[in-house]
Amino acid sequence: MAFGVANQSLPGRGPTPGLRFVAYAVLSITLMFLDRREGWMEQVRFGLQTAMYPLQMAVSSPGAAWGWVRESARTRETLRSENTELRTRLRDLELRTMRYEAVSQENAQLRGLRTALPPVAEKWLVAEIVHVEIDSLRPSRVLINRGTSNGVFKGQAVMDDDGILGQTKHVGPWSAEVILITDPAHEIPVQIERTGVRTIALGNEDSLGLPFLPANADIKAGDVLLTSGMGGVFPQGYPVAKVASINREAVKAVERVRAEPLAQINRSREVMLVWFREAHPAAPVRNAESDLPKGDPNAQAQPTPPKPKPAAGEATPGTGTTATPGAAAGTQRAGTATPPATRPSAGPRNTIPTPAPASGNNAAPLPPRASGAPPPGSAASPPPRSNATPAPGPAAAPRTGTGTAAPATPSQPTTPPAGNRE
Amino acid sequence: MTREPRGWMVFTSIVALFLTVLPLPSWLDMVRPAFVVLTVLYFSVTWPRAGGIGLGFFCGVALDALEGPVIGEHALVLSALAFIGVWEHQRIRSKPAFQQSLIVFFALALYEFLLFVVDVWTGHPNTDVRRWLHIFTGAMIWPIAIALLERGHSPR
Repeated sequence: MAFGVANQSLPGRGPTPGLRFVAYAVLSITLMFLDRREGWMEQVRFGLQTAMYPLQMAVSSPGAAWGWVRESARTRETLRSENTELRTRLRDLELRTMRYEAVSQENAQLRGLRTALPPVAEKWLVAEIVHVEIDSLRPSRVLINRGTSNGVFKGQAVMDDDGILGQTKHVGPWSAEVILITDPAHEIPVQIERTGVRTIALGNEDSLGLPFLPANADIKAGDVLLTSGMGGVFPQGYPVAKVASINREAVKAVERVRAEPLAQINRSREVMLVWFREAHPAAPVRNAESDLPKGDPNAQAQPTPPKPKPAAGEATPGTGTTATPGAAAGTQRAGTATPPATRPSAGPRNTIPTPAPASGNNAAPLPPRASGAPPPGSAASPPPRSNATPAPGPAAAPRTGTGTAAPATPSQPTTPPAGNRE
Repeated sequence: MTREPRGWMVFTSIVALFLTVLPLPSWLDMVRPAFVVLTVLYFSVTWPRAGGIGLGFFCGVALDALEGPVIGEHALVLSALAFIGVWEHQRIRSKPAFQQSLIVFFALALYEFLLFVVDVWTGHPNTDVRRWLHIFTGAMIWPIAIALLERGHSPR
């Protein structure tokens, strides 16, 4: 089993191995440095993902073929029972949405609008999960078979019938890598449905944790976490997870609250990529501060506002270090102030019936954000985004003026997705 | 002296990449050997002049594109391993199979350690102990791997 005996001296052809190694090492380190600077290597990644796609397809094709065979070999009886089941479910959902028109009309009147708002989800696209091992130690990343050729962009919300699944991280021409909400590197700004308290949920193995909630926060098992609309990726009001257990003595903050994702993370085969109406009040809010390009001298010179308005504390976790104290402070305030009047955005939840969050109707909009209902004068058009975003301070006006808060290309965020720390 | 089997090198590397991304049940996945590392090591030791370092770099870039958090991570580590293989090829080749497996064991440990160092530097270290498991299986299948890899080219 040993190698054949060959005694050759290396020198004599081309550069020495040492020189080659140094050249390749320098190249790799340059690549790493460039890749660390978010966005510089997108083109290279795009090309690499294109090159790897045939391989990934080849790997997943046996599984896909097997699935197809099983699908086509199903008996008439199975199909019939499934059909009945689907019919029942459809009737259920139709009953639930029957009063939807009336409710949205009523909501518009309460908000002083003449016409009801369109649903926040503008369109969606069904994608299939490609069965490829992305990283064995990070099972919280999956590959889907849609890419830029279908209009998919980086930082797009991915969900299934039951809730938020994650967001796109690297997008190739025909495929995209999705980082799930259970990934330890993923943060999603959420709101506890029962109390309206906002915080950030971190992925933790196969569940989510709420490490920034104070120890005495009002939370109990069974509470549903909805997206809060902060962070610029997910719109407001979509179901994310359900609190499973609370252990206030846990050593690690992320393990104090254990919330299980409502989306069927491990069982989904088909997922939905969703585009949202940018002007809608429930659309993902892009915080002016987090949208600033890194290293902007103006941005760093600004002092933090001494008393942020209630929702300003939930800065998007784009930079990690700045977001966590803000979020903790915001929730602490909300947690200690129990009277309903001071709860952030508890308004419409009390007056307008919400569609049940677990019902799975993703296309149906949930009531828009409460804060900042526009005056009746601006009724026909949806209120501008700045109404929903609390101004972080005196510097907010020039920032929004330069277009950092409202990007020029509506559905293609140029800044890195907020829920992504990498 | 025989010519370097370039085509075979490329083919086996693609097969190794294929095996790396093949979906497996999780218990099997934990002990999946690092096929790409074994392939790169084999070629840099057997054919030290065939460009094993370059092969390591490009296989590393492919691995990074498939699963790396940072592009260049696997490329750096794999070219370093290939360099060691080329540098020490005479000493490694003259060893019997068992000792070669031992060397491969340490090479894989070094590979995983370097990856871990880069992970720490880029800010998301994975401290899971299970990431070290594949070193054992990799060292164990090394004799089988070289027997298979030797078939593709004329004996030297």
